[in-house]
Amino acid sequence: MSSITVDGKEYGVDEEGYLADLSTWVPGIADVMAAQDDLTLTDEHWDIINFLREYYEEYQIAPAIRVLTKAIGKKLGKEKGNSKYLYELFPYGPAKQACRYAGLPKPTGCV
Amino acid sequence: MGDMSEGGTTKKFLYLNRKASYGTVYALESLEVVLIAAAFEQDVSLAFIDDGVYQIIKGQDTKGIGMKNFSPTFNALGDYDINKLYVEKESLDERGLTEDDLMPLVYEDEDDDWAEKPSIKIVNRAEMADLMQDQDVILSF
Amino acid sequence: MSILHTVNKSAYERNALDSCLGHTKPGDSVLLIEDGVISARAGSVAGDKLAAALGETGVSIYALGADMAARGIPEDKLVDGVKVVDYAGFVDLAAENDAVEAWL
Repeated sequence: MSSITVDGKEYGVDEEGYLADLSTWVPGIADVMAAQDDLTLTDEHWDIINFLREYYEEYQIAPAIRVLTKAIGKKLGKEKGNSKYLYELFPYGPAKQACRYAGLPKPTGCV
Repeated sequence: MGDMSEGGTTKKFLYLNRKASYGTVYALESLEVVLIAAAFEQDVSLAFIDDGVYQIIKGQDTKGIGMKNFSPTFNALGDYDINKLYVEKESLDERGLTEDDLMPLVYEDEDDDWAEKPSIKIVNRAEMADLMQDQDVILSF
Repeated sequence: MSILHTVNKSAYERNALDSCLGHTKPGDSVLLIEDGVISARAGSVAGDKLAAALGETGVSIYALGADMAARGIPEDKLVDGVKVVDYAGFVDLAAENDAVEAWL
């Protein structure tokens, strides 16, 4: 298994870069993963990452993209509740990229 | 059966759940297929009969058996526009269960100012048989 | 000679519990595990059979607590006379009896 190093500590990741054990997640993991994608996380990114973590905590799944956009629109305002906004923040796709930064498993049904 | 809507035909899908959650993998497989297939925006119903009623029982705690408790995921079904969960009364009765033993699953009704409404409907065996007759596709788990 | 019988299937899905109860001798123990614990809920069809077996067959009946918790079955909803054991209790039962017979 490969791993990433955050603050001197190693965290296992699977072959697609998802954190192996979500209970080990620390915010620094998201920063390091983002840096590997040449991205610097802003408050807007963190809104989505934190939302995903809360959603997972409650429902034990990562939401599908249409569920995510609807819920973000409701929580953070209509102008943010669309996939364009989310793709601007996470160009590789909010499900794949934001979920990975959030330490969640790959979303069900995400190909 | 099935009427035309934008982007294609809408069919009636029934997911038939007959097994409890942790003894076999059927229940988890069913839930995953339901969530994946939700992207196709079909007319989806879930039926819980026989030991399947145990999938949505309250108070599941799996720490002691080292398996993931996926019962909280049923609470997300409303977000996926899946809000028709039919539970057979005879199956509850045989097992000494009542509706109060089930998780209070709800959805928000888009057409009624997002009012929270129950997703679970208790039906008798004859009504369940009618529901089965009314489907285009029945997927068994 | 005494036997610990384990039943891991729900009585509503397989006939393992019925067959097991038909093959016990006084002094034997029956331990319900995995989906087998579903049969131990009071006020149910299978629970009534268990209650009858407790009265008639001279067997002791146990249910594994971790499997009950996973299936949302609280201890106070068990058939009277069914005892809850943890994994250590499972091991004790296996050690106390001369043989373990699994009704798969």
